[in-house]
Amino acid sequence: MYIKSIIFGIITQLRSIFITLKHAFQDRETILYPENSIYLAPRYRGRIVLTKDPDGNNRCVACNLCSVVCPVSCISLQKTQDQSGRWFPKFFKINFSRCIFCGLCEEACPTTAIQLTPDFELSDFNRQDLVYNKKNLSISGTGKYHNYNFYQQSGVFITKRKKNNIHATPINIKDLLP
Amino acid sequence: MIYCFLHIFCTVLIIVFFGAMLSFIERRLLGLFQNRYGPNRVGWFGSLQLIADMIKMLFKEDWIPTFSRSLLFVVAPIIAFISLLLVMVDIPWDNNTYIIDLNIGILFFLIMSALSVYSILFAGWSSNNKYALLGAIRAIAQTLSYEVFLGLSIMGVIIKAHSFNLIDIVNSQQYIWNIIPQFFGFMTFLVAGLALCHRHPFDQPESEQELADGYHIEYSGMKFGMFFIGQYLSMMVTSAIITIMFLGGWFGPWLPGYIWFLLKNIVCIVFFILLRAALPRPRYDQILYFGWIICLPITLLNLIFTAFFVLLH
Repeated sequence: MYIKSIIFGIITQLRSIFITLKHAFQDRETILYPENSIYLAPRYRGRIVLTKDPDGNNRCVACNLCSVVCPVSCISLQKTQDQSGRWFPKFFKINFSRCIFCGLCEEACPTTAIQLTPDFELSDFNRQDLVYNKKNLSISGTGKYHNYNFYQQSGVFITKRKKNNIHATPINIKDLLP
Repeated sequence: MIYCFLHIFCTVLIIVFFGAMLSFIERRLLGLFQNRYGPNRVGWFGSLQLIADMIKMLFKEDWIPTFSRSLLFVVAPIIAFISLLLVMVDIPWDNNTYIIDLNIGILFFLIMSALSVYSILFAGWSSNNKYALLGAIRAIAQTLSYEVFLGLSIMGVIIKAHSFNLIDIVNSQQYIWNIIPQFFGFMTFLVAGLALCHRHPFDQPESEQELADGYHIEYSGMKFGMFFIGQYLSMMVTSAIITIMFLGGWFGPWLPGYIWFLLKNIVCIVFFILLRAALPRPRYDQILYFGWIICLPITLLNLIFTAFFVLLH
């Protein structure tokens, strides 16, 4: 029994050595990144952008929900308003050296202004260069949600208050049905 | 005189260069065995990685801890580097290509391998660090217990060759390589040689999970580099000794002798690296148990039977 287990052990060791040797003739699994680009899924969470609605206006209403929900508090913004009383951010900064790309800001945003894109090439030589302000974050397009316009779906018109908006009937918050 | 000195200096430089180059080759081969690339960014296919490593090592702070015994702390890596490098002197590459033809050839290897224990002992003790001391104790217990049959396993070969001289030993294998009549001696010498140069799976001092880095935890810069290159030098020496003792040295058809010697050496080194990629590290007590309970009786039996058959003839 003792001898048998020794011989069995030796054979298993030789087998594992042989299997490892066979790996030398297989393809390598490493992706040589800068030469070969990587396929990133459309929902991959990378660089954060601020989008515009289909009319070309800024979607962000400076509600501060993204800043509140951010677990590492890397988003800072300040609200201001224009002549008609519409809110917009006076400044909007994201510190990408702290950002963990969790996507909670995207979840929290009621107007889908803040979105995470599949771009992950964010490296920089200076830590200070990783603090992106509104100019760096804004893109001219609508991002992932092409037709979504917050003021068409819900919310209030600024200039003349609309009496019957879309959610005229109160929402039953205890109902589980969608 | 000056020519002789230059000759020796160049030889040592080449050996040390290949010892250092082995670290790059090992990483590439490990990458090959593990379905990945090794270092391939610096230079042509990463061939300048060695220079990058050297620059990094030279510019690191070479710190001698204030709590250490500084003399022994400095001496330890030098012993680790020199002890097995000196064995390179009496390794014959061919019937006529050697630096010195020692009558005690293989004994010199055993002497120097025994001396290399001191480097570990000094490094572990003088670091004045518990991890280093524990790593050194483990490494020394391993080395001492494996040195017992490191010597005994090659006694069969010596009995067959009637000589300690490495050239005579190779010449005695003209018709059959010693790996076939001395198979168990070969197996145990392979294991003991691996344990001698602290290669995987016998890398007790380097068990990162338990002991941080074992006996060279306090070393940095070029002192660590000497331990590092010393390990590769001992690997080269062990593979050369295995080639001479068991794989027929320079004997082989068609090609000149030193090419065969080099090829067998390279096969041995690649096999060592393959072992590193393939096998897990056994527990400390398992290593000692394996050495004393399994390998030592095998070598003794091998020795007895070899002596018996030599007496019969």
